[in-house]
Amino acid sequence: MVDITPNAPKKKTNWMPMILGGLALVMLAAVAWVAVVVLKYLWVETTWFIPALIVVIKSLALLVALLVIIAFFLLADRKIWAAVQLRRGPNVVGPFGLLQSFADLLKFVLKEPVIPATSDKVLFLLAPLLTCILALAAWAVVPVAEGWAIADINVGVLYVFAISSLGVYGVIIGGWASNSKYPFLGALRSAAQMVSYEVSIGFVIITVLMVVGSLNLTDIVLAQKNSGIAHMLGVPWFTMLNWFFIPLFPMFVIFFISALAETNRPPFDLPEAESELVAGFMSEYGSTPYLLFMLGEYVAIMTMCALTTILFLGGWTPPLSIPPFTWVPGVVWFVGKVGFVFFMFAMVKAMVPRYRYDQLMRLGWKVFLPLSLAAVVIVAGVLQLTGWYR
Amino acid sequence: MNVITLFFYLFSGVLIASAVMVVSSRNPVHAVLFLILAFVNAAGLFLLMGAEFLAMILIVVYVGAVAVLFLFVVMMLDVDFAELRQGFLQYLPIGAVISAIFFIELALVVGTWQLAPEALALRKAAAAAPVDAMNARALGRVLYTEYVYFFQAAGLILLVAMIGAIVLTLRERHGVRRQDVMRQNARGKADAMSVVTVQPGQGVTVQGVKRKDAAGQEV
Amino acid sequence: MNTVISPVPALGPALPEIVLAIASLGLVLLGAIRGDGAKRLIDWIAILALVVAGFILLEGQGRVSTFNDAFVVDGFARAMKTLTIIGSIAAILMSSRFLTELKIARFEYTVLILLSTIGMMMMCSANELISLYLGVELQSLALYVVAAIHRDDAKSSEAGLKYFVLGALSSGMLLYGMSLVYGFTGSVTFPTIAKAVTGGHGSGVMIGLVFIVAGLAFKMSVVPFHMWTPDVYEGAPTPVAAFFATAPKMAAVAMTTRILIDAFLPIVKDWQPIIAFAAIASMVLGAFAAIAQSNIKRLMAYSSIGNMGYALVGLAAGTVQGVEGVVIFMTTYLAMTLGVFAVILAMQTGGKRVETVADLAGASRTSPALAFVMAALMFSLIGIPPLAGFFGKFYVFAAAIEAKLFVLAVIGIVASVVSAFYYLRLVKVMYFDAPAPAFQVAPLEIRGVMYAAAAFVIVFAVIANPIRTMAAAAAKSLF
Repeated sequence: MVDITPNAPKKKTNWMPMILGGLALVMLAAVAWVAVVVLKYLWVETTWFIPALIVVIKSLALLVALLVIIAFFLLADRKIWAAVQLRRGPNVVGPFGLLQSFADLLKFVLKEPVIPATSDKVLFLLAPLLTCILALAAWAVVPVAEGWAIADINVGVLYVFAISSLGVYGVIIGGWASNSKYPFLGALRSAAQMVSYEVSIGFVIITVLMVVGSLNLTDIVLAQKNSGIAHMLGVPWFTMLNWFFIPLFPMFVIFFISALAETNRPPFDLPEAESELVAGFMSEYGSTPYLLFMLGEYVAIMTMCALTTILFLGGWTPPLSIPPFTWVPGVVWFVGKVGFVFFMFAMVKAMVPRYRYDQLMRLGWKVFLPLSLAAVVIVAGVLQLTGWYR
Repeated sequence: MNVITLFFYLFSGVLIASAVMVVSSRNPVHAVLFLILAFVNAAGLFLLMGAEFLAMILIVVYVGAVAVLFLFVVMMLDVDFAELRQGFLQYLPIGAVISAIFFIELALVVGTWQLAPEALALRKAAAAAPVDAMNARALGRVLYTEYVYFFQAAGLILLVAMIGAIVLTLRERHGVRRQDVMRQNARGKADAMSVVTVQPGQGVTVQGVKRKDAAGQEV
Repeated sequence: MNTVISPVPALGPALPEIVLAIASLGLVLLGAIRGDGAKRLIDWIAILALVVAGFILLEGQGRVSTFNDAFVVDGFARAMKTLTIIGSIAAILMSSRFLTELKIARFEYTVLILLSTIGMMMMCSANELISLYLGVELQSLALYVVAAIHRDDAKSSEAGLKYFVLGALSSGMLLYGMSLVYGFTGSVTFPTIAKAVTGGHGSGVMIGLVFIVAGLAFKMSVVPFHMWTPDVYEGAPTPVAAFFATAPKMAAVAMTTRILIDAFLPIVKDWQPIIAFAAIASMVLGAFAAIAQSNIKRLMAYSSIGNMGYALVGLAAGTVQGVEGVVIFMTTYLAMTLGVFAVILAMQTGGKRVETVADLAGASRTSPALAFVMAALMFSLIGIPPLAGFFGKFYVFAAAIEAKLFVLAVIGIVASVVSAFYYLRLVKVMYFDAPAPAFQVAPLEIRGVMYAAAAFVIVFAVIANPIRTMAAAAAKSLF
């Protein structure tokens, strides 16, 4: 018989993949073993590993919660704005448009990032990243409920202040790196604006600090819980009266307005004034970098709302320290108050026309600076004369 | 090795590297950004030493305000480094001589290193910071009592700087219309308009509505 | 909180400074509210404050110190502060009309002079490196601005900028030297430094000392750090130049004397050559470089460089007599310099300011009083016996000879003779040349300063004894 089939390839077993696969398995086992040994070492022998792990887990939890909440706050912002203008606002994605923010996220991430040819590429991409990371970093010290702070540091309020003062760099670097007129003009405006309003924010914070006698954010909240007008009037359960927004009402107003300016919110959104500067420092941005800018901006707004809550609205404490209110966990009160301040931010955006630049500067330097400086002197004098200073 | 040491080397390494970049980078804006990075790392070092208040103030004041204005100015300037470096070769010899002298001096200093006994005692004396108080409180306690002289003198120096800046740069331009918010707010209906009853067929003659210009004169 | 807050230090010794600080703050407010129209009022209030501060200062007795020994008031500080205050008063007095003419009469000028005076007084009283540096900065920062006060004038701006850049450099050197001294002696207070350097010191202290002296030399405008002086004197408005030539020099010499004597007396042999070299170089340069000058302000700049050299001769001696000589010399120098600048300010023909030597031609015939005053001042600057300048130089050189610094004294006398050439040239121009256009009658305050200076220079021989006693007491308080 003649084998007519053409030279059929010999059915040889191909060992190569199997060897490689085997090796890979061995390697995997080795790596796993090393990892287990290292982890065991870290877990058992070192003192810092477990705390570090806990901090990482806590941070992740806080960030995820924060970002999800921001997604809905962003939607709320648009809805409130729409309502004031008698529109419906986003109402297509999900029930009542609830998923709109997530749809936007997908849209931005899936788009192609366009980097202008003449830009400083490294800085161009660094800027949004910086904005976003710095804004998120501020939350490391924010106590969302008693003991619920990732780092309850001594100089907490200064830390938040310092981080928020760094926020200007994202804007300046972004505007400069774009190598384009409008972004640069936006960056310059922003630099002057944020530096100006930081001064009055600083003085407002100082008045609160003088009343509290501590820079720790938890202490500031506790001071509003354990003493104040309510205690003086003999109604200690009426915690709301303790909150600093009553004795320091002018400071509260100055802080709120300065916070608007510090976060480039309307009516102080001159760095991105669309009627003059296209989109200001963000003109050249699109896709994910733009998303990061927007995200950073909203996180910064949330930070300012949280700071307002802590400094003036009693943080996580309920308005009345009596049963139905005390049953609600502190974090809910905190988020609720932040939401309330954010609502005011949104209403201002919807109702107040944009300031002209010289008016903005005048307000900052000629009105707020003298007022807050005078307030520092007055509050210090009152504390000294009445002996309320602790 | 503990974590603090690790962070110490991280901060100081990045600090030195960015300081080198400040002087060596070709783009002035990059140089300023590296300077800012150096500041931030210095703040980190302060934190490691337990001077948390100083660290935060360094960031707020230097990074958040001074460096921003610095960056602002540098971005506006169009510095041409090629032009700046033109005289480099010309000045190289004298620069080399000066740096050689400094180097020899430094070598001399290091060679004959001799610390006074007081210097060592001083190090212990300086660490007498109160342990019970926070940074800010401890600083405040000495700043307004023990060091009040230096503190106030520094304040006077800043006052001079402020007056100087205003004297040398502020120019009041005359004949420019400025917005006077106070006056705008104080202006009522009566100052701005008058109601006239128009008779049919006669029209309106403009009555002199009194208005003040920027200089406060009526027109 | 069971913490002990350290008590607030006694403020009494610093009362003159506090008075001036409060006055300057008040004047800033007044100026901001009333505008430049209140310049004259502000001038008078400032002068009043200076006078009050001077009286409070002279009320004090003995050596008092406060702020943890950072601030000390002794006879020496009182003497030098008084001279400084006189210089500042004259600067304000002589400036008001001049600045109005140039349309730069701004109230900030007076305030800055006041603030700078505070800085100078702090320098005179500094008993440690930090307060010394703060005083220097307060003084210099105000001076930078004052130099450029005529901001629309290119020369004035140039003067301000030059002074600023070089001054910043010198401050840097001062700081560098201070840090070395602090590092190697472990202290910033002068007595402790003196203790630490007694009996041997490393080269670190020496290098630090050299840098400190270099920084101080800048402030005194002593060779080799004198380059800024002629340009700044010429560029700055004349009253400002008069101020620069007087008050800051007093403070700088006082500060240099105090740091060298109080902190570094144990190593006098180490710094003596440095000071002697600076003194010789300054005297020689002051004598020769001034010969070629035709602008009187520039000429006075070189003259002041030379005069600082003479002051350093006394300091180089490092003895009580030397410091006594320095105090007397600075007193005479103050009077002579103020007088010469008053004469320059009085030189005005046809509504125009003139300041060259040629403009003085024949002044003996057109304005004999001015010429006489100028001649007296020139003879005094040379050091002709019955006049004040002679006594100043005499005590300085006597101290140098006593300290066996013969070369220094001889070179000083030779330089003095050389400088006579250009001083005498001015006299010759005034008395023997064909008259240039006559000068207008100078304002009262200028004439006042002029005649007061001339009178002081002429009658100095009579009052030399009490002044010498005071100077001796001042010098002794340092040792």
